[in-house]
Amino acid sequence: MEYFIELFFSGLTRGSIYALIALGYTMVYGIIGLINFAHGEIYMIGAFTSFVVATVLSIYGFPLLSIVLLAGLAAAVWSASYGYTIEKIAYQPLRQAPRLSALISAIGMSIFLQNYVLLAQSSDFQPFPELIPDFDFMEPYAHVVGSAEIVILLVTALMMVGLTLLIKFSRIGKAMRATSQDRTMAMLVGIDVNRVISMTFIIGSALAAVGGMLIASHIGQINFFIGFIAGIKAFTAAVLGGIGSIPGAVLGGFVLGLTESFATGYVSSDYEDVFAFSLLVLILIFKPAGLLGREEAQKV
Amino acid sequence: MFSLQQLKKSLLVSLWFAFLTFPLLVIRVDPIERTVQWRWENMALVAIGSFLVSLLVRLFYLHQEHRRTRKAAGKLVDREPLIQVILREPKYLYTLSGVMLICALIFPHLFSTYQTNIMITALMYVMLGLGLNIVVGLAGLLDLGYVAFYAVGAYSYALLNYHFDIGFWLALPIGALLAALFGVLLGFPVLRLRGDYLAIVTLGFGEIIRLILENWNEFSQGPSGISNISRPGLFGIELSLDGAILYLYYLMIALVIFTIFVVNRLQDSRIGRAWVALREDEIACQAMGIDKRKTKLTAFALGATWAGMVGVIFAAKTTFINPASFTFLESAIILCIVVLGGMGSIFGVIVGALILILLPEYLRALSDYRMLAFGAVLVTMMIFRPQGVVANIRRSYQFKSQSQGVRR
Repeated sequence: MEYFIELFFSGLTRGSIYALIALGYTMVYGIIGLINFAHGEIYMIGAFTSFVVATVLSIYGFPLLSIVLLAGLAAAVWSASYGYTIEKIAYQPLRQAPRLSALISAIGMSIFLQNYVLLAQSSDFQPFPELIPDFDFMEPYAHVVGSAEIVILLVTALMMVGLTLLIKFSRIGKAMRATSQDRTMAMLVGIDVNRVISMTFIIGSALAAVGGMLIASHIGQINFFIGFIAGIKAFTAAVLGGIGSIPGAVLGGFVLGLTESFATGYVSSDYEDVFAFSLLVLILIFKPAGLLGREEAQKV
Repeated sequence: MFSLQQLKKSLLVSLWFAFLTFPLLVIRVDPIERTVQWRWENMALVAIGSFLVSLLVRLFYLHQEHRRTRKAAGKLVDREPLIQVILREPKYLYTLSGVMLICALIFPHLFSTYQTNIMITALMYVMLGLGLNIVVGLAGLLDLGYVAFYAVGAYSYALLNYHFDIGFWLALPIGALLAALFGVLLGFPVLRLRGDYLAIVTLGFGEIIRLILENWNEFSQGPSGISNISRPGLFGIELSLDGAILYLYYLMIALVIFTIFVVNRLQDSRIGRAWVALREDEIACQAMGIDKRKTKLTAFALGATWAGMVGVIFAAKTTFINPASFTFLESAIILCIVVLGGMGSIFGVIVGALILILLPEYLRALSDYRMLAFGAVLVTMMIFRPQGVVANIRRSYQFKSQSQGVRR
């Protein structure tokens, strides 16, 4: 039973990170209908930025809390800037082009960013400083759930609530929903669609960056390649929940995280990534619209 | 040439990129030694570089604008590019092919074995590119797991050779057939998916194959791979290492010619036309009575066949394979070849493969930047020249009002 609870919490933690990244995929897909292949790389860049900032600050002897806040802020700011720039460079000129062109451009961007970090930083795994300490009051439960896991769950829950409120009630959120329903119509009623698309990339990237920092400090090491696998898994989560649907991305993230955690815990840890990929293939074959997605009829 | 406004914009771009690359390019930390290295020179490089690139892009758009106004004024007539004239006129085309063939045939006698070896690799990528070209270029299905079929071919020869001592010539069709079978197996369930989903599923499939090869030790010997695979035989004659390479080189030339012949014939066949039609408009195509699933499946299976064949050759060439040779990056390189050369264009794919494989080999100093450049090539090609270096000529009929002449 204890093993079960332990797996359950580790699954939830994984799932919440997948959900954070999946939100970026799903938001971008909802608005411009593009699979932002470079989104996993944004997550990786967020993790790397926070790694650099946190290490520099800890070398200069800053207190832990300020390190966590500054590193998180830096990760969010820089990842958002990367997301914004990528959209401007690689996707905006291709908005009228065939889908395949934009997708190839996205793949190119992903390969470029991976190798940019590889060359700028290092090809080896880097030890990530531990940002979340073990709390004393968590001591009695430490054998089933770590303090870091609780913090990750809380932070992601907070961010998801924030995002939901933003999209439901704020001006930009309303503009986003309008744009995703009908871009031409949104333009006609005076919404600056380019700004909305940029904002979507900025918000999605910042979420992924925070997820990147949290999980990297939990796992304790990073390298330039983490974005690739995490990206595909988050995409799986987004598709699982129904791409384009925000609650779907969150649900998909948790389902994927729990599935992976139980499968590696009870079946075999060698095939960790195979489970996620197989799940993706199965979903796309049997229920391509996802758990919460709508079936779309193709119009001529 | 540039207005002050534009220079100011470019300056802003360069400042933005200096900011963007600051944490990753300027700072480098060593978490174990606990030292920080500040590399300000990188920031200067990025700022100057992005300023120049931004000016270049502006120049490009200026040039295009200029051309458009001149064309509108009737001062500029569209001239067909030289390469298209050559490809269209059989007289020039046969001369060019002949010259290329002669160059290819005497190549190993002019250069060292090492160079020949590199050329074999390049020719392998030509074949892979032509195979993927069927799937991506003609049928318009983005296959990101193409390397899986390559792995199937390589492993089928390696395992058959290891367990049953089966030779290269028997393994070549078996590998191709097995790869085609995998193509159908994968294609059957996923081909009703939309284009971008298909891309991700094939990517996932490629990774699954690699992970299985890596973890299923009893079957594939895991990450340590299979060694001592036999080289191709020549009627039982023992060849020296140099001889074997020379033999493999001529074998590759023959296979590439065979591939070009087949792909060329396929393009003009009924099924080839169906692929192109399907790429352009699925619904209209189905309304015309083309079986969508069957057509897509053939594209998948035929593309996979070529990957399987090259896989067998790869195993025979290196005599050692392990799962590390079949990562996603390999698929990306092949895709890059097709995109750079020109989707759907046979000559373009050959040019693309030669550029992308030979250039990094001869510019060793820049080989670290190889994958970085590949990524950049994919993006820039899509934005500035989506049809590739050598565009595919579309067959079109032009009716001239005076003569009613029909031109291909």
